Amino acid sequence: MLAGSGGDMQWCFSQVKGAIDDDVAEADIISTVEFNHTGELLATGDKGGRVVIFQQEIENKNYPQLRSEYNVYSTFQSHEPEFDYLKSLEIEEKINKIRWLPQKNAAQFLLSTNDKTIKLWKISERDRRADGYNLKEEDGRYKDPNSITSLRVPVLIPMDLMVEASPRRVFANAHTYHINSVSVNSDHETYLSADDLRINLWNLEITDRSFNIVDIKPANMEELTEVITASEFHPNQCNTFVFSSSKGTIRLCDMRASALCDKHSKLFEEPENPSNRSFFSEIISSISDVKFSHNGQYMMTRDYLSVKIWDLKMENRPVETYQVHEYLRSKLCSLYENDCIFDKFECCWNGNDSVVMTGSYNNFFRMFDREHRRDVTLEASRENSKPLQVLKPRKVCTGGKRKKDEISVDSLDFNKKILHTAWHPLDNIIAVATTNNLYIFQDKLTG
Amino acid sequence: MDRGTMECAVDAQSLISISLMKIHNSRTQRGGIKLHKNLLVSYVLRNARQVYIKEKYAEIYRMQQYEEVMTVCNEIQELNPLDPEPEDAEEEDLEVAALSCCAPLQDGGGKEPETSFYRSCCMETPGSPCDPFAGNGSHCNKTTVLDLDTHVVTTVENRYLHQDCCCSAPQCAPVPDSPVRKRKGDFGCCASDLEEVSDFSASRKRVRREECTDPNYTDTSNISNLISIFGSGFSGLLSRQADLEQICSKQALASLGAWTRAIVAF
Repeated sequence: MLAGSGGDMQWCFSQVKGAIDDDVAEADIISTVEFNHTGELLATGDKGGRVVIFQQEIENKNYPQLRSEYNVYSTFQSHEPEFDYLKSLEIEEKINKIRWLPQKNAAQFLLSTNDKTIKLWKISERDRRADGYNLKEEDGRYKDPNSITSLRVPVLIPMDLMVEASPRRVFANAHTYHINSVSVNSDHETYLSADDLRINLWNLEITDRSFNIVDIKPANMEELTEVITASEFHPNQCNTFVFSSSKGTIRLCDMRASALCDKHSKLFEEPENPSNRSFFSEIISSISDVKFSHNGQYMMTRDYLSVKIWDLKMENRPVETYQVHEYLRSKLCSLYENDCIFDKFECCWNGNDSVVMTGSYNNFFRMFDREHRRDVTLEASRENSKPLQVLKPRKVCTGGKRKKDEISVDSLDFNKKILHTAWHPLDNIIAVATTNNLYIFQDKLTG
Repeated sequence: MDRGTMECAVDAQSLISISLMKIHNSRTQRGGIKLHKNLLVSYVLRNARQVYIKEKYAEIYRMQQYEEVMTVCNEIQELNPLDPEPEDAEEEDLEVAALSCCAPLQDGGGKEPETSFYRSCCMETPGSPCDPFAGNGSHCNKTTVLDLDTHVVTTVENRYLHQDCCCSAPQCAPVPDSPVRKRKGDFGCCASDLEEVSDFSASRKRVRREECTDPNYTDTSNISNLISIFGSGFSGLLSRQADLEQICSKQALASLGAWTRAIVAF
């Protein structure tokens, strides 16, 4: 179903989920978005610790072309706020990451994490119930044993579909610092969790212990110069993972080399352009996300102003660099004052690794077509939310005369930021999270 | 940093204030102190400090040069029996020199291109965001201080030595009460220890007398030692407040004093 990007791909509005109010409740702020491996399920996590899962309905009678209608499948409270009495610290319930496990049986499994604790959730359907118990009434009350005169075998009868989410494992107390990443290994048995200074390896079945595989905490904290910002397992090499740092470097590690992977196998780093040096050079070079391509040959990193594609075989510079919003470079001081410079944008690949996507401000998001060297800026807004309405490309005016339909840099709304985006693994359907709304777009089918 | 020095000077000072506020505020943020964000803020602090100290050093150097010139001038003047009070004249001349250094508007002298730069350092134009004092142009040596209690940025006149400054450290001997030498003492002290002084961590240890941990600490670059803030205990916080009120008479040290307060505030 993945159309080759032959012509200009056009994107249409499909759905928007979430409240329409301008007044955003803090708990409703979306903090992570993730498709499962088939794309049938779409999970979101929010600041209130809740997980909402949408399921794709294939057919819509009113709009048969709308192949991407997602409806709520399950909602549950994954994490609650906690208090660490020893350190007098509150632990936020905000869901930092959700990662789906590959499906092995009828149930679905996902990992969700807040700053300190990872949980494995089982999401299962129940569409039948047992009827005809011998000892119990319909409502569950026990029958009077004397009234039972015959025995029967209970039968399963259909019922309204019920989706249950139950926590199967809780992986706690392994992280001193804030967890920023979880990643499931291709062996489907282990996964890693990363905080600012350490990465731990877990077995999905075992909750009372984990192996520490990376530790960059210096003996003297005064010598701290960088932290881990993201980490991911290689999509098909179960011994390989990468982690990115606040200094703009990515380290690739091989777990076969040693138990503790502090010494990297490869170090990916691009030397800084000295003419761009500013007070904020360190901040904008900090990597906020790292993602392997589906084929495992490349990885993509996101820093404040750009997206870089790295060939795993070449460490000294990226093979492609895409400017997301270079016009912000002259505004870094204001963005530092209002804290926007600390925003952590994520990025994602499409299913065949030909296009990458990331978010920006003013509810803009950007797509970079690697094959055709084209990029586009689109906007997620309620104004463009008629069914199947084609999204018009947006343009930011960087100086000089502002053309019609262009928006000037100073008019951008920096409170409207798109940090989380996801691309369906097998189709051109994308999920884009604004502050508290989830937009779903699909490509316009030609013909 | 490739920008006009004027802009640099203003930016550096306001960036320092802003960064300190961020660190201060992060204490009360939900979820605990964010290590990553504070590390990045500490890098901005370091960068701003490097620029700020470079400017201060250059200013100090210029002041020294003027002092030398003035000393020679005074010596020449002293030969004139009609001069009433040589010492007062010294002081006035020095002030004039200072003014001409820092306020080219006044004497019409000091046309060097750098004077506007120094003016921005030591005498903020009214309306500058980080230095809201009412254009008092009579003294060159003003310093900007961020009061973390009231969140007010004020300037302090810099003509007096206070006990809690770096001159209480062994390298800085108490100086005689003469304006010329006092300044020289200040700047001399600061200039010679600029290496150590520029390491705020070491100066923090100096000011906080109860913590004489590492006198040989010479790492001058890393303000990401700010992480040591997190290791700072809260004990003695209240007692330090009173002491810290008296700090900040010196230009270079004033900025460090503000940091010290921020650090202690942790």
